[in-house]
Amino acid sequence: MDVRINELEKKAKEIRRLIIQMLAKAGSGHPGGSLSATDLITVLFFSVLRHNPKDPSWPNRDRFHMSKGHCCPLWYAVLAQTGYFPKERLWTLRQLGSVLQGHPDRRTPGVDVASGSLGQGLSVGLGMSLAARIDERDYRVYVLLGDGETQEGNVWEAAMASSHYRCDNLCAILDYNGFQIDGKTEDIMELEPLVAKWQAFGWHTLEIDGHNMSQILTAYQEAESMKGKPSIIIAHTTKGKGVSFMENVVDFHGRAPTKEEAQRALKELE
Amino acid sequence: MEHHGTLVTYINMSEMLYQRDAYGQTLVELGRQNKDIVVLDADLSSSTRTSLFAKEFPERFFNFGVAEQNMMSTAAGLASCGKVVFVSTFAVFATGRAWDQVRNSVAYNDFNIKIVATHAGITVGPDGASHQALEDIALMRVIPNMNIIVPCDAPQTREAVLAAVETFGPFYIRLGRPKVPIIENKGAFKLGKAQVLTFGNDIAIFACGVLVSEALIAAKNLLGQGIKARVVNMHTIRPFDTETVIQAAQETRGIVVCEEHTVVGGLASSIQEVVAENAPVKVVCLGIKNRFGQSGEPSELLKAYNLTSSDIEKAGSGLCLS
Repeated sequence: MDVRINELEKKAKEIRRLIIQMLAKAGSGHPGGSLSATDLITVLFFSVLRHNPKDPSWPNRDRFHMSKGHCCPLWYAVLAQTGYFPKERLWTLRQLGSVLQGHPDRRTPGVDVASGSLGQGLSVGLGMSLAARIDERDYRVYVLLGDGETQEGNVWEAAMASSHYRCDNLCAILDYNGFQIDGKTEDIMELEPLVAKWQAFGWHTLEIDGHNMSQILTAYQEAESMKGKPSIIIAHTTKGKGVSFMENVVDFHGRAPTKEEAQRALKELE
Repeated sequence: MEHHGTLVTYINMSEMLYQRDAYGQTLVELGRQNKDIVVLDADLSSSTRTSLFAKEFPERFFNFGVAEQNMMSTAAGLASCGKVVFVSTFAVFATGRAWDQVRNSVAYNDFNIKIVATHAGITVGPDGASHQALEDIALMRVIPNMNIIVPCDAPQTREAVLAAVETFGPFYIRLGRPKVPIIENKGAFKLGKAQVLTFGNDIAIFACGVLVSEALIAAKNLLGQGIKARVVNMHTIRPFDTETVIQAAQETRGIVVCEEHTVVGGLASSIQEVVAENAPVKVVCLGIKNRFGQSGEPSELLKAYNLTSSDIEKAGSGLCLS
């Protein structure tokens, strides 16, 4: 177990380095939420997800959808590192004609559904979950949500429907870093009591430290064993995690690091 | 039977049918043939007639309650797994309430999703303005990838639904609430190919949906004045049959367009755009003009909003005088 955790931590660090490099090269994008969700998604892609990067449309693959689409540098980095496309493509992020658009798009190998307009991704996951039921397939569906994103009404429509249809193959991951573009979530639009809200909507809730690899692994396992209702992993995270001068700094929600900042960040991530 | 020129198109008033009945029956037919057909509704399944499918294929029908946004994006998730997804509710909610979901989840992904909305237009009647979609065609027409069909009667509804399944990609099919007469002998439906119902080179009348029958009555009355009108059933708004529009513009003295929709962004605008660019000619638009709807019986409302056969007739004879 410890060797595995150690390995995952190394991979997460490498993903964070790629995020910084991509964003510095692109000159725009969203580092804060990409870095806060890195550990959650690294564990998912390297230890949990049943997938085959050489066959992205394999019908029995587990589905992953990033509803908070602005954090796609994270998605692109794990897709490249798991072999969906060559790493060199990461340096084309946000460029004209690139398969790596500013927000997720189906032209990227490994991306099944576009996102970017917040609040729609849990519904997308619900649709994938219902398709598995119709086709009698045993794949699981994972959806990454932002915390600010759950202010969208569409999220709660999807939450209600997912428990109504007892979608136990559906697992939401909430990156609860406590910040949104305009400031702290508690100042802009209070989300608490978040656990109680999801429980009231009929979900099985798991509350974890979203940077603790072993807690993350255990949470995915527990979510999978829960039958009869969907699960949500409410992960307490730090916005900008891993780069000291980005941590909990609202400005880095949607600003790319300068070249100099990127160098400092990469030094911290060595 | 009403003969115009060499085409024998006529309105069969003896058998008035609901377009939505035809929709529900066609869904059942398709459900039997294709196990990938999935149908979604938002608490209006008895009105939209998706209830017929739900009864026969409960495992492939999902009711999402009064939550259209979730329904639309859930359709995207299903479509990403290879399903042919039909999504139904009233036109007002399908295109207005869930517009961003239609844009980003459905059309941007170019998914195989068929939005079939009922209760469109002013002929919704007594429910009034909140339920009368007068801007739905415009809302769908501005979105890339979206195909749009406005069938004129019940049999054409069936043909439109079949065509939508045969053609991969997102569709918006607009249906009305009331029973409508059957337009006989109009020929087979072909996506994107307008149906010329009567020949005539004096004026052209372009109509869609329930107003096609009003246009035919107007043409008959115009014939009494010695005016030969070419009536065109413009059942497909996208892809648009520009060729038929240009021909009419070149061969007649002017065009009357009628639709139970705002004159902004729908059939009237589509025709004006083609005519202005290719063959400028006078285009008179009969539609809703910067107003909301209101309660009333469908026939009363058509009158109040100047959409009857006599309004079309007046516009047609006016074109010949000018």
